[in-house]
Amino acid sequence: MELEQFCSTSRVLIVAGKGGVGKTTVTASLAVAAARAGLSVLIVEVEGKSGLSAAFGMPDLGYEEIDLAPGVRARTLTPDHALVDYLDTHGMRRISKRLASTGTLDVVATAVPGMKDILVLGKVKSLERDRAADLILVDAPAAGHAISFLLSPRGLLDAVSVGPIRKQATDVIELLSDPTRCQVLLVTIPEETPVNELVDTAFTLEDRVGVALGPIVVNGCYPELDLRTDPAAIARDAEAASVFLSAREADDLARAAAFRVERQALQRVQVDRLAQHLPLPQIRLPFLFSDDVGPAEIGVLAEALRSGIETLDG
Amino acid sequence: MADLFRLVDEGHVVICCGSGGVGKTTSAAVLALEGARRGRNAVVVTIDPAKRLANALGLEALSNTAHEIEPERWDPDGISPGGRLSALMLDTKSTFDGLVRRYAADGDQAGGILENRFYRNISSALGGTQEYMAMEKLHELHEEGGYDLIVVDTPPTRHALDFLDAPKRITSLLDNRIFRMLMTPTKAGMRVAGVALQTFLRTIGRVVGTAVIDDVVAFFRAFEGMEDGFRVRAATVLALLADPGTRFVLVTAPQRDAVEEAVFFADQIADHGLTVDALIVNRVHPQFGDEHAAGLRARAEHLVGESRDGEAKAAAVRLATQYENLADFQEISIRERVHLDAVRSRIGTAAVATVPFLAHDVHDFTALAEIGEQLFAESG
Repeated sequence: MELEQFCSTSRVLIVAGKGGVGKTTVTASLAVAAARAGLSVLIVEVEGKSGLSAAFGMPDLGYEEIDLAPGVRARTLTPDHALVDYLDTHGMRRISKRLASTGTLDVVATAVPGMKDILVLGKVKSLERDRAADLILVDAPAAGHAISFLLSPRGLLDAVSVGPIRKQATDVIELLSDPTRCQVLLVTIPEETPVNELVDTAFTLEDRVGVALGPIVVNGCYPELDLRTDPAAIARDAEAASVFLSAREADDLARAAAFRVERQALQRVQVDRLAQHLPLPQIRLPFLFSDDVGPAEIGVLAEALRSGIETLDG
Repeated sequence: MADLFRLVDEGHVVICCGSGGVGKTTSAAVLALEGARRGRNAVVVTIDPAKRLANALGLEALSNTAHEIEPERWDPDGISPGGRLSALMLDTKSTFDGLVRRYAADGDQAGGILENRFYRNISSALGGTQEYMAMEKLHELHEEGGYDLIVVDTPPTRHALDFLDAPKRITSLLDNRIFRMLMTPTKAGMRVAGVALQTFLRTIGRVVGTAVIDDVVAFFRAFEGMEDGFRVRAATVLALLADPGTRFVLVTAPQRDAVEEAVFFADQIADHGLTVDALIVNRVHPQFGDEHAAGLRARAEHLVGESRDGEAKAAAVRLATQYENLADFQEISIRERVHLDAVRSRIGTAAVATVPFLAHDVHDFTALAEIGEQLFAESG
């Protein structure tokens, strides 16, 4: 599948995954890949500080959009701001300040579970409606919270029987359950616990939220190397190639090879297990040994994402 | 690591904090296990552990009471001098229920609150409740459990030490001025405010429905009289955090973002007048030899570039791959060492322990003990 086609399947892509799996890195890389294919991209950060802007070498994000990279804009979307927006556009500007300053927002948000989430998702929906970008990437809260985040409109329908908030929830459910408008991209790493959690999250999202799942992104895969773990075998190769190799160096090479071979095997087991439990295509991204994630690394991962997407069936 | 030994030997409460995905729950379990192995009556309070680790700790379901793990399971060789190990998986809702029962004037008041819809939403909808209940449970174990060592895992928060702020958030919710005013509408001088207030609430009612407002009002009515008890309790819980027997362990990983967050956490702990007593750095890659990555890569390039024939060429290419692999690990371990040094100097805690990148996930006591060995090995 062409990257452009993939990115235009739905305007909204929600990127979700357990903490520590590189969800934000994947969001950034996908944004760059899509921008390189000529699409305009807006990244929406819903959980405050995430390191997204730092990865691009930029200062922290705010409610106002900024340009992170050519073709890539980004902003935050917090419940408080979304509420002010909402009240403003519904002719209730006067009470918004009072809600926040008296702490009543906390009371109301507790009385209406999921209200904060619904305000954020409602704003995402209006960004989609206004065609704020060709592709809107939502960097979702970490896995457990992502489920309650996406379940919020359904919970809200149970709690609120009338009023504009209910309408908002209905609209968001429509968005979430339409695969031509919205999909969820799940991110994991090839390790046991993250894979287990991803499988659970995937089933919950499909069954209870009814949202379409895109391919699974398996981040941090050691690029596979064909290695020898026996120092004697390594020494024989050195001899055959007529280069000098000290015994100590042969030993270092062998130990490093053994570590990688073991990780590669574990990784294969986890990737296979994931495929068995979830019949969804996978896109694998390489583990980067060279450096922490910065603009150059995002470029590398964007390229890996593009080629991964191109191998998917159309 | 001597300081870490002191922590499990002398600490009474150990709080493990850090961002998600860095091995916080596992670290908490390892510290409690080590304490028990060294003879203490230890309990670990976990929050949402991975299933297999939970099973290893005998935690099949959420529970409100700690249960003891049979010594044969965690101390098969019987080396512990009388230590005990218990575990508990925090049940936020029922911990909160317990608190309500404790401070209610009678069963009727408790019942009225427990059945209120607004109350039932608090534990799932109000941010920080899980953190607060973890602290509440900690306090309860401290007061009534008879444990020497209580190790608490904290919920994965992305940017704040919610457990330090949560008690305040909840008491301020329970103290909400607007709704308190609603309770006393007949007091002199309140009438004017009352009118504005009614308008305000009606507007909210228009957005979320009046039934919701009714629930809230009913809750505040039912809760009447319990605020002080709650406030005092919250203050006591916070005081325990500042107790000299309480230790803070920051768990992190050797990556830039994790380090940044750890520093942020440490600053917040300091802002509350507390100190980080130990730093655990998980997922550290092993180091193989001390050659520079650049030199190794140059050698690999050289091997591939030189003209050779047949078997000699194949052998050179294979050897080049071996060098590339070693270079990969040299690169990452140098980078990780930079992060480790940075986190050491920026957080400035005496005890820093590292745990290597593990080949397997942790879901039994053998694995926990192995990590314990690594963690406590760096004696010095």
